Amino acid sequence: MARGPLPGFRLAMGTTLVYLSLLVLIPLATVVLRSFEMPWARLLEVVTSPRALASYRLTFGAAAIAAAVNLIFGVLVAWVLVRYRFPGRRILDALVDLPFALPTAVAGIALASVYAENGWLGAPLAALGVKVAYTRLAVVVALTFVGLPFVVRTVQPVLADLEPAIEEAAATLGASRWTTLRRVLLPELGPAAATGFVLALARGLGEYGSVIFVAGNLPLKSEITALLIMVQLEQYDYPAATAIALVFLCASFALLVLLNRLSGRRARSRPR
Amino acid sequence: MSASRFEDPRAEPAWARSALIVVAIGFLGIFLLVPLAAVFTQAFSKGVAVYLAALRDPVAQSAIRLTLLVAAVVVPVNTLFGIAAAWAITRFRFRGRNLLVTLIDLPLSVSPVVAGMLFVLLFGAQGWLGPWLGRHEIRILFALPGIVLATLFVTMPFVARQLIPLMEAQGRNEEEAALSMGASGWQILGWVTLPAIRWGLLYGIVLTAARAMGEFGAVSVVSGHIRGKTNTIPLHVEILYNEYQFAAAFAVSSLLALIALATLVAQAFLGRRLGSRSPQS
Repeated sequence: MARGPLPGFRLAMGTTLVYLSLLVLIPLATVVLRSFEMPWARLLEVVTSPRALASYRLTFGAAAIAAAVNLIFGVLVAWVLVRYRFPGRRILDALVDLPFALPTAVAGIALASVYAENGWLGAPLAALGVKVAYTRLAVVVALTFVGLPFVVRTVQPVLADLEPAIEEAAATLGASRWTTLRRVLLPELGPAAATGFVLALARGLGEYGSVIFVAGNLPLKSEITALLIMVQLEQYDYPAATAIALVFLCASFALLVLLNRLSGRRARSRPR
Repeated sequence: MSASRFEDPRAEPAWARSALIVVAIGFLGIFLLVPLAAVFTQAFSKGVAVYLAALRDPVAQSAIRLTLLVAAVVVPVNTLFGIAAAWAITRFRFRGRNLLVTLIDLPLSVSPVVAGMLFVLLFGAQGWLGPWLGRHEIRILFALPGIVLATLFVTMPFVARQLIPLMEAQGRNEEEAALSMGASGWQILGWVTLPAIRWGLLYGIVLTAARAMGEFGAVSVVSGHIRGKTNTIPLHVEILYNEYQFAAAFAVSSLLALIALATLVAQAFLGRRLGSRSPQS
């Protein structure tokens, strides 16, 4: 089955498959099997209860808005980091990965303190009449934080690899800088930016730690789906938690398929 | 790019440049620097004595010990898995290869809360193995093994994800040359492969360790929050915060923030050696 002269296929593949099965595949299969143990009517009732529906709307809506904010600013930040030289650029570049490195609980309490009504940013915003902490807006802010690196890091390498010739050609042909950006550069960056957007969206859907400290966590209003599962687990309502987790897994799986499609398109559009 | 700087057709007007730089710095400043600065400011808001007391507290000390213990188990296990998976995937052609790569990435797209829940379903009192474990008095949930399992799950892909593209790019010529000169599999791994991938491997280990020490959602589900026993540093932070001991919560958080900053420094350093940066999550 395996082709290649090097030794160690059986050992390496065996280790990989056994470990992957025990740690990931069997536990994931448990969720699916357990939710099928429930009567269908009950399953449907749980996953479409008003509280669950409200949590999906909030989670998906906030994750989508946050990913869109990150799409716009991510492309801009990637552009500035790749194309311009200014003092502090390298520090800023390294800092982009902070949301990957900083534990979500720490991010959560930091955001709560910053956006509280007497916080550094919360106070000026409150003066403008915008309340952030313990509202749905706080969910968007937290998800923007956790999703920030994705678009920057997917667009950056593509931007760095772009041939200068195509922009020079556009300029030679009389295109203004703005036209070149719109007609030449943005289409080139599109697939990478879309991948970053989907990654940020996927990360935002499942996020828990950074959100629960800043959101109000009120059922039907500011309760995210991950928290709803947590609440049900704490009440030992395992069937309900399992059913909602299944919805979650289906959503993640759909995004994973979408990502594979996108990366296929990227590979095809950039033969290298 | 800099050779023909003043005639570069790719240069934007100076005002546009400055405006873009200001917007980028403003965005990153508001979303990243301000929260980071808040952690350290709040940590010292009640003075150095309170800061040190929060870290010396016996419950905090036990959380730190538990976190280090979990990382000490998780990092080597997932490092070995990462090397084995990368070897199988990049050194051989077989059917289902792309599927395997996707499966390795799977934990990244599972919500941490769901990740923790998986182990509750398996090992909890109502779980499949729960009754059997109960009869034999084996504690997995609300104890160290559960925390280790949940952490293994969430950090599983990091080393493999670093190594697979790296080893793919390097190809297997050198290893095949070593083979033709009579080297054994382990000799090839130790003398040819590992030296060639050392920076990527180290980077994967750094990411695994950072995530292992900082994981919150998954560990929160399986730990049972037994103070002084099954609380890791992030869980200790949560308890302090919910008890309105803000200065102490931020003091303990500052440890995790320092680990995060060290990760970023390691990343900047290793990233330069790797030559290219890869989005890691």
